[in-house]
Amino acid sequence: MNIVLLSLIVIFSLSCYFFGKSKILKQTKISKKKFHSLPEYYGYYLAAWCGLPALIILFFWSLSELYIVKILILSDFRTDPAIDNNKLNLIFSQIKAIAENKFTGNIPQNLIPYAERFLSLNKILELSKLAIIFSAIIFSLSFAYSQILKNIKARESVEKVIRVVMFLCAAIAVFTTLGIVLSLLFESIKFFTAVSIFDFITGTNWAPGRAFVRDASVQTTDVENVFGAVPLFWGTFFIAMIAMCVAVPIGLFSGIYMAEYASSKIRKIAKPLIEVLAGIPTVVYGFFAALTVGPFFRTIGEGVGLNVSSESALAAGMVMGVMIIPYVSSLTDDVINAVPRSLREGSYAMGATKSETIKKVILPAALPGVVGAVLLAISRAVGETMIVVMAAGLGANLTINPLEASTTITTQIVTILIGDQSFNNPKTQAAFALGITLFFFTLVINVIALNIVKKFREKYE
Amino acid sequence: MNNKAKEILLKKRYRAEKRFRFFGISSIILALSFLCILLVNIFTNGLSAFSRTEILLKVNFNEKKIGININSTDKEIKQANFDEILQEALLNLAPNVPELKQAELIDLVSIDATIELKKFYLKNKDVLNKTSEVALTLSDDIDQVHKGNFPRDIPEDRRRFSDFQLKIYDEQIAQKKIISEFNWPFLFNADSREPEIAGVGASLMGSFFTLIVCLLLSFPLGILAAIYLEEFAPKNKITEIIEVNVNNLAAVPSIVFGLLGLGVFLNYFYLPRSTPLVGGLVLALMTLPRIIIPCRAALKAVPPSIREGALALGASKVQTVMHNVVPLAMPGTLSGTIIGLSQALGETAPLLLIGMVAFINVVPSTPFDPSAVLPVQVYLWSESAERGFVEKTSATIIILIFFLAFMNSFAIYLRNKFEKRWS
Repeated sequence: MNIVLLSLIVIFSLSCYFFGKSKILKQTKISKKKFHSLPEYYGYYLAAWCGLPALIILFFWSLSELYIVKILILSDFRTDPAIDNNKLNLIFSQIKAIAENKFTGNIPQNLIPYAERFLSLNKILELSKLAIIFSAIIFSLSFAYSQILKNIKARESVEKVIRVVMFLCAAIAVFTTLGIVLSLLFESIKFFTAVSIFDFITGTNWAPGRAFVRDASVQTTDVENVFGAVPLFWGTFFIAMIAMCVAVPIGLFSGIYMAEYASSKIRKIAKPLIEVLAGIPTVVYGFFAALTVGPFFRTIGEGVGLNVSSESALAAGMVMGVMIIPYVSSLTDDVINAVPRSLREGSYAMGATKSETIKKVILPAALPGVVGAVLLAISRAVGETMIVVMAAGLGANLTINPLEASTTITTQIVTILIGDQSFNNPKTQAAFALGITLFFFTLVINVIALNIVKKFREKYE
Repeated sequence: MNNKAKEILLKKRYRAEKRFRFFGISSIILALSFLCILLVNIFTNGLSAFSRTEILLKVNFNEKKIGININSTDKEIKQANFDEILQEALLNLAPNVPELKQAELIDLVSIDATIELKKFYLKNKDVLNKTSEVALTLSDDIDQVHKGNFPRDIPEDRRRFSDFQLKIYDEQIAQKKIISEFNWPFLFNADSREPEIAGVGASLMGSFFTLIVCLLLSFPLGILAAIYLEEFAPKNKITEIIEVNVNNLAAVPSIVFGLLGLGVFLNYFYLPRSTPLVGGLVLALMTLPRIIIPCRAALKAVPPSIREGALALGASKVQTVMHNVVPLAMPGTLSGTIIGLSQALGETAPLLLIGMVAFINVVPSTPFDPSAVLPVQVYLWSESAERGFVEKTSATIIILIFFLAFMNSFAIYLRNKFEKRWS
């Protein structure tokens, strides 16, 4: 329905454009009247007046439609004090499912009249939407038409509209951040009313599956104790560290070699090839880690008499490290190239070898940039999901043995939220609490890293 | 310090130099060899999935056993039961076996074999009451043996096929009744629980729809935002906030966008779960900053003289930007968009959270149908226990990497071919 309406509005606006343009062209021919702007701006003007109000109405109407229906339908249930908000939501989704013929199982008879009412309300709302949108189009078009005949400054109005639209597009970034923060906060606050924030941050027992067990034999204290996130924080940190142990030396050295030693020919081939590592989807790395690297480590471990689990922090961390190499190497390369030539030449003039120059002059000068690169890589490693989901295991172990399975924040978010889940239980909300932890942690690292890199660049530019 | 000491020191310094250089070269070689191992591993595992193994089976299309006649309509044929003639044909491979072994004979072919038989009959109706040779898909266990992916010399109780089945298989090989064909169904079929008939058709369509939704949203929004930030934005607090937001969003872990999609699009706006529509929306939000940043760089690269020229001729600011700057920046913006989209194509984590992991066994026909996407298909199959899914997973990765390589090289081509160098 909305799609049809949307395409209708677009077609309407397009025809308005051509109509407006040809109208003005004709006018100039007939009456030799001079218009303020080029003819196509009058076309744009008409099209904007035709499309924009209609689109705005359509957008807000579609957003609020379901809520209006919900409030109207649930008004009967609201009077019953025994029904709380969660039950109201459940009843509404049942009514919706019955109305759309998607209900599985026995249909509760008392809801059928409401489903019928749902359908009729929907129909009324659809019709009134159509009526309002079309009257809006007619109204604004007639206004715009009278305006262009008056020889208004169409170009200026059109340009104003373009600027506003562009500003709104840019503002979407802000809305996205707001949306992330609000949606995460909203669920997390619910979670932290059920589970104390102190238990979450300091608890060492993570077993959210047990939060469902709420029969009489289990005491309520058990529910709170299963959400201790320390093993997850540790696992995340641990795997990220393993990854950095791989990525930092390899990335740093390849970045240095690329910037200082490699001939432009080698550089031209090797740099894009290394960057391919960053372009391969993470799920591919996950598959590789789970199918090849994990079992490979286990066979080696068996060979030397070690007990290696097939899903280990080591396998996940190493593969993640390989993935991160290009982030470190490219940024190191850039940063080293940004160090001014004069520093290098001064060092060579003193008789230093190339490696001495790099170690004693260039790296200290480029250090902030390199630190920034490493920080960005850490944030990447912390937020990485698929590799750890597929290769690091699910058990929340608090261990420093890299050969054992260990779990991360991202893994737990995925395992909790995969498949069907009902909101309004602490287990689902825990995923959002983990999400907000992850978001703020990476945000802080990113802000610090971006600032360091920016300051570094300003220093030499 | 005498000369000798100096020489020793110099040698030491040169050695350090060599060592340093060696570390550099070896880390590059190490990184590249990781890439090689990864790709070689995936390709050797996956190439065999592009062929499938069939058995040429003599089937007697007895009209009484099927329950149709020469005048039956297509609809009646589709409802008819071809199981009996298939079983009969399979049992004919080894007559007079005990009942226990009969089940093993029937398990030789895929569960879908009756459907293939039906399709064959619909195409060749003149075989009624005659015996004809039909190519039927073998079960995935035999398929894996045929491709050499599964060793046949391990003890019988540790493999999923019996010695008896192997014997029949060898007999058929000797009679040249086992053939290999290019696995077209793999590219067109939807997902299935049976590896031999599972395909990536559904997830290809799902990925296509998701990318289209993502492109339609992120490209116009991204380019407009980039133009605003680069050309029009006044230097004030609001602009600064927007810029900081764009830069940070580009580095937010993708899974957080999945949480956003779950919390806002599914839970708040009641958009349909598991659909490319929601997937595209989430990926568009994720891709947006990744498009804005290269677009801004492309706009920045257009020299100010172009703008000044247009302004001097009396063009307005908007006209200058839209008619002169943006067309010149187009190659850069397009290649940035394509690279952003290729990242979206490989993204898995946020899609897991909005329910695109459901088992979908029909090919979606609109962006509003539940579906999977290629990377999610990789994840789903990699969790399956059957041996046959390992090669399918690798083959899906090959397809995915093929698309990514295509998109990225197209982006590079666009940039090299059309981008103007100003200096």
